Amino acid sequence: MSILGTRVVRTEDPRLLTAGGVYVDDVRVPELAGAARVTFVRSPFAHALIKGVDAAAALAAPGVLAVLTFTDINDIPPPPPPPEGGPPPGSEAAPMPLGGVWQEPLLAVDRVRFVGEPVAMVLTDDSYQGEDAAELVTVDYEPLPAVVGIEQSLAGGTLLFPDAGTNIPVDHAAVDAAFDGCDVVVERDIVNQRVAPVPMEGRAAAACWQGGKLTVWVSTQNAQISRFILAGAFGMDPGSIRVVAPDVGGGFGAKVALDRDAILVAWAARHTSRPARWVETRSENLTGMTHGRAQRHTVKIGGTRDGRVLAYRLDVVQDTGAYARMGGFLPTLTNLMAAGPYDLASVTVGYRVTLTNTTPISAYRGAGRPEATAAIERAMDLFAAEIGMDPAEVRRKNLVPSDKFPYQTPCGALYDTGDYAGALDKVLAGAGYAGLRAEQARRRERGDVVQLGIGVSSYVEITAADADNGETARVVVNDDGTATVYTGSSAHGQGHHTAWAMIVENDLGIPMNKVTVKHGDTDEMPFGTGTYASRSLQLGGVAVHRADLEVREQARKLAADLMEASEADLELDTSTGLWQVRGDPGASRTWADVARHSGAEGLSAFVHYKDGAPTFPFGSHVAVAEVDTETGKVTLIRHVTVDDAGTVLNPVLTEGQRHGGIAQGVAQALLEEMVYDADGNPLTGTLADYAAITAAELPSFELLVSETPATINPLGAKGIGEAGTIGSTPAMHSAVIDAVSHLGIRHIDMPTTPSRVWAAISEARNSQ
Amino acid sequence: MTVNGSPVEADVADRTLLVHFVRDVAGLTATNVGCDTSSCGACTVLLDGQSVKSCTVLAAQADGHEITTLEGLANGDEMHPMQRAFHTEHGLQCGFCTPGMVMAAVSLLAENPRPTEQQVRAGLEGNLCRCTGYHNIVRAVLTAADHMDGQASR
Repeated sequence: MSILGTRVVRTEDPRLLTAGGVYVDDVRVPELAGAARVTFVRSPFAHALIKGVDAAAALAAPGVLAVLTFTDINDIPPPPPPPEGGPPPGSEAAPMPLGGVWQEPLLAVDRVRFVGEPVAMVLTDDSYQGEDAAELVTVDYEPLPAVVGIEQSLAGGTLLFPDAGTNIPVDHAAVDAAFDGCDVVVERDIVNQRVAPVPMEGRAAAACWQGGKLTVWVSTQNAQISRFILAGAFGMDPGSIRVVAPDVGGGFGAKVALDRDAILVAWAARHTSRPARWVETRSENLTGMTHGRAQRHTVKIGGTRDGRVLAYRLDVVQDTGAYARMGGFLPTLTNLMAAGPYDLASVTVGYRVTLTNTTPISAYRGAGRPEATAAIERAMDLFAAEIGMDPAEVRRKNLVPSDKFPYQTPCGALYDTGDYAGALDKVLAGAGYAGLRAEQARRRERGDVVQLGIGVSSYVEITAADADNGETARVVVNDDGTATVYTGSSAHGQGHHTAWAMIVENDLGIPMNKVTVKHGDTDEMPFGTGTYASRSLQLGGVAVHRADLEVREQARKLAADLMEASEADLELDTSTGLWQVRGDPGASRTWADVARHSGAEGLSAFVHYKDGAPTFPFGSHVAVAEVDTETGKVTLIRHVTVDDAGTVLNPVLTEGQRHGGIAQGVAQALLEEMVYDADGNPLTGTLADYAAITAAELPSFELLVSETPATINPLGAKGIGEAGTIGSTPAMHSAVIDAVSHLGIRHIDMPTTPSRVWAAISEARNSQ
Repeated sequence: MTVNGSPVEADVADRTLLVHFVRDVAGLTATNVGCDTSSCGACTVLLDGQSVKSCTVLAAQADGHEITTLEGLANGDEMHPMQRAFHTEHGLQCGFCTPGMVMAAVSLLAENPRPTEQQVRAGLEGNLCRCTGYHNIVRAVLTAADHMDGQASR
């Protein structure tokens, strides 16, 4: 029996549970002995001119080795000029990050554009000295008016980049969809608020230079991409750079590649001829690490009174913060997935990207797709409310039918496989939907203080969107019969080591406990892409599988030679890991025998596997919430989900991904928001203020099983890392509004905090 | 002070936090720092058997006391029932919150050996995890409670 599809607990855990992981701050290698501690001096102003920096007092403080500003960066090449001076303002091109007039400096030059922007670096013997000395660096700021929020940015009264002449680097407006023939049309603005990723380990990097070779330890999702970014930044041959991603304490998209802060750490180590290490504080993380979401949606939906949606339009405005990093790209994914899981005749989309004096926006678990789902699911609910139909019923009437796959959407996506109605029916049955509606009716009739809300969402998302970049793997069978897997994919909690070892055991019959998986060291695996967009198993896992097959064919030749038989008669018994001659079970050779016979060449295969197209996981969620109508407090009491990501390799791992995703998605609907005041000061800049969700605010989740295989890859796998987040936010959001909909409330923006819910209830009651 | 049963002695600056003493002086790096406002619990250790957030205790306050960190929990090669339960129930992903979470959970069961799910959730409110959605952490603590109770009654 194959090990694939079975419940296997993680091989990673015993080390993490007894010795603890080795994160960047834990790395104790000789190269980093005596490393200077880097402390950044960051802007306390959202928008200001820099008139001068006085480091004299800091330089005189104990333990201070150097205070560095942009004027010291005279020993690396300037960033390459973008073609033709960069994209013209207002163009449809959306490169990321933007160059030319929009260039993001390494250290602030003559102005700062967000609170938290790095202005100077202090290098000290230890971190306590660093915090003291950083406070002694005097920066002379001349404050400028801050641009906060989308409206102010679009108005253009203050420009972040005066040379650009606009705050809108990308403008791609939607044309109207075909609303003729609709009985009912609903339109409204919806805020998809800015949230902070908050991986439990913040950003961190350490660097040393030895004999012209740079080694960087960095908390990243992509060691290999980071190597190429460093090579570009320093004008170096990538072969002279080693990047190591040790254990990484969560990423959630915000650790794709590496930030300018990490490049600066490597630069400072060379500039001062001393290894250096930087580990950000949480307060630093909440403004310095990129944020996610931050979109405003204008949705317009129309259809017939019998529940058929005919037309949908989505206009996205992306607040990209002070610099367009990936923020210029995310709304393209929102547009691509705008139609959701629905079969709609007319869908039109558009987006604009605007700059504000806030922390830059980048990927956060889902990266553009949760926003698309939130928008159309809210629109579906608004439409259902307008025609007085059950929201689940409206969805069922409009889902893409199972016989229409592959399904081409008006937005350009080609959904591969699915059973969207099946997922909806299953989750409604699992939740006991009819019973919940009956309980809701009873509470409404009684006029209970605590009302019940039921939120339904259906979703489809895109994973491995860059399938053609593929992923790498090298599988080696060692002379002792063990195997070593080198993967270009990158683990930061997902369980790659367990999953890859399962694939090897299945393909080669080498038991998991004899398989070692290595990732995140570019000296061992120079080429690879890493982890984002829920791509790991369907690209990196398949790469391992393909490398297994190549190793098996090499081994077949070696075994045939060893056993003096024809290759065609050789077979591998994957239950025992023995090579045998067909019809002669008495004679067999082990993997160790075969590997030793390979001589100096060794027994190994390298594969760079690329897929021709992305995959499209889908599902449905039901959230059940209680809302106290006197206080506005919301309690999620049940969350039931179907998340279909194709064939499941290890249910333990996929359930873990779903759990985490659900919690983060619920957190956005209920609690989490990065808030700024009118001057651009972050009001949620510590974990005492930012409402990261806790165990006490969540129930246990009810996960239902659905597996519709992908057809494009041999594992049948789609991605599962982000699905939970994508499905849960709209279900949770809808449940809150549903609980108070009998009061005439149609919408409350996220996060649905007690004060917002209470205000909506008060307003509704006062207007009655 | 005593750390995981071994005496550790050093002269440190007044303001040295216990977490930095454990990590940098005792050289035990399992305990992590996850915030600067005593909010996340990643740095949780046991001080004389009770959980404390070691970013909020001065090393000097622990003078003469017994500290237990994740590294001191197992009995040789045999994992503590709480560690075992986190493993079997998949109660960890990236592992960063895990040392603090496990120590908080051990302390929780010491105070309340048979907690309900809601009591576990309330008891771990001061420990943030960003990966697991807490679902399997809660299951792990309840599983450990079953196993530890079984041992005690034998």
